[in-house]
Amino acid sequence: MNRLIRLFGTSIGRKLVMAVTGVLLIGFLISHMLGNMTVFQGQESMNYYAAWLKKHPFLWVARAGLLTIFGLHVVTAISLAIENNAARPEGYRKKSAVAATLSSRYIVVSGLLVLAFLIYHLAHFTFGWVQPDLYHFVDEKARHDVYRMVVLGFQNPIVTGSYVAAMLLLGFHLHHGARSLVQTIGLNHESYNTLIRIGSNTLVAALVIGNCSIPLMILAGFVDPAAK
Amino acid sequence: MNDEETMDLRLHVWRQKDSKSPGKMVTYRANGISPDMSFLEMLDVVNEELVTAGKPPIAFDHDCREGICGMCSLVINGVPHGPQQGTTACQLHMRHFRHGDEITIEPWRARAFPVIRDLVVDRRSLDRVLQAGGYVSVNTGSAPDANAIPVPQDNAEAAFDAAACIGCGACVAACPNASASLFVAAKAQQLSLLPQGQPEREKRAIHMVEAMDREGFGGCTNHYECEAVCPKGIPVRYIADLNRDFLRSALTSREVKPLPPAVDAEE
Repeated sequence: MNRLIRLFGTSIGRKLVMAVTGVLLIGFLISHMLGNMTVFQGQESMNYYAAWLKKHPFLWVARAGLLTIFGLHVVTAISLAIENNAARPEGYRKKSAVAATLSSRYIVVSGLLVLAFLIYHLAHFTFGWVQPDLYHFVDEKARHDVYRMVVLGFQNPIVTGSYVAAMLLLGFHLHHGARSLVQTIGLNHESYNTLIRIGSNTLVAALVIGNCSIPLMILAGFVDPAAK
Repeated sequence: MNDEETMDLRLHVWRQKDSKSPGKMVTYRANGISPDMSFLEMLDVVNEELVTAGKPPIAFDHDCREGICGMCSLVINGVPHGPQQGTTACQLHMRHFRHGDEITIEPWRARAFPVIRDLVVDRRSLDRVLQAGGYVSVNTGSAPDANAIPVPQDNAEAAFDAAACIGCGACVAACPNASASLFVAAKAQQLSLLPQGQPEREKRAIHMVEAMDREGFGGCTNHYECEAVCPKGIPVRYIADLNRDFLRSALTSREVKPLPPAVDAEE
C-alpha cells in the first residue's frame, strides 16, 4: 500500500492512472456506441436492449465502476494540469510550437468540454430534463420507449447539432489521448509507431463517425419513429 | 565588406536585473551584422556598443561556442536555440536571418530555472536530479580488463545516443509543461542500458523521477516539443523507456529507500 501511495505521488504514477482509465473509458465508449446502434434495428431491438440494461443485476456495480474510473480520470487530469501550469509561472512573450499538435495542446480544454457535454447528455437521456415531453413514452410491452425518445429527440436539429459538435470534440480529445497513453505506459518503438498512429486514428474516426451517424441519420429521416 | 553583405536587425531582449526584480522586454538595434557571425557573436557586437555607451551589457550564458558544452540557453523567436534544428544557439549563424528581421530573445522559462540575470538562468535543478541517481558506483583501483563485461552492440549504441545529451535544458524550455522528462530519460537510460548500470537501475528510475518532481518541473503530456528542439536529437523513445523502467521499478522492485534531501554544490 505504501508503495502505491508513493507511486501515485509521482507525476509518472498519475500519468499511469490517466492511461489506464483512458483505455477503460475508450472501452466504454465502444460498447456504448455498439449498444446505441440498436436504434438502426428498430424499436423492438433498442427497447429490449435498454430494458435489459436497466434490469441487469450488476447495473449499479457497473455504474459505480464507471463513475470511479471517470472521476479518477478527471481528478487526476486536473491535479496534473495544475502542477504543469505551476511549472512555468512566467510565460514566454513569444512562443512557437514546433511539434505539438492542436489536440495535445488543448487536451485539458477539450476534456472539460467533453465533461460538460456528458452532464448535458445525462440530463437529456438519463434524467429526461432536456426534452421532458419525450421522456415518458411507453411501448406496447410496457417498457420505457427509448426508441421514440431518441428518434423524436434527434429530429430537432439543435439537439442533433449539439451532439455532432460534442462527438467531434471527443474525437479531438481522443486524437491525442489514444496515442499518448501508449507512450505513457512505455511502449514506443520504430517498428510499430506507425501502426499505433494509424490504429488510434482509425479507432477514433470509427467512434466519431459511428456516434454521429445516429443523430444525423435520424435528422435526415432514415430512421422511422413508428418502425417496430 | 560592402553594405549588401551585412544586415541590420531589431532585437527584443528580456532584461532582468536579478532573480528578485521584475524583468521586461527591451528593444535594441544590431547594425552591420555579418551573416558569417554566430548568434552569440551578434550579441557580442550589441554588448560592445552597450558597454561603450556606459550601459550594462546583456548577460547570456556561453562557454565552448562549439555546440558541445550545453551552456548557451536562448529562446530565439519562441524556439529554444532558434530556428535551425539540431543546433545550439552558439552554432546558429546569422545567415539564417534576413536584413530587417525582428528577433525576440528570451531566457529558458521554468519554475525550476530561476532567472539569475537577463538571459542567464540557474539550471542546478538538473544537477540535483542527476545527484539523485544519474551515476553508477565503480570500485576504485586498477583498471578493469577491457571486454571483461560483455555489452551488446545495439545497447552500446543506444546508450551512446542517450549520452549525447549536453544538459542544456532546451527540452524544459520548449515543453508547454516545463517538463524535464527528456533530460531525465536520457540521463537515466544512458546508464540503465549498460550492464554497469544494472545494480542501481531500479533506485535510479524511482529517485530521478521523484527528484524531477521535487524540483518543480512539470509532467510529460507527450507534445514532443522537446525532441524537436533538442540540439542533440535525443528521441522521445527514451521517455517511454524511462516510463517503463519507472513503472516496473515502482511496482515490483525490492525496497527502494526514500529520496534523500538534495545537497547543492558549492557556487
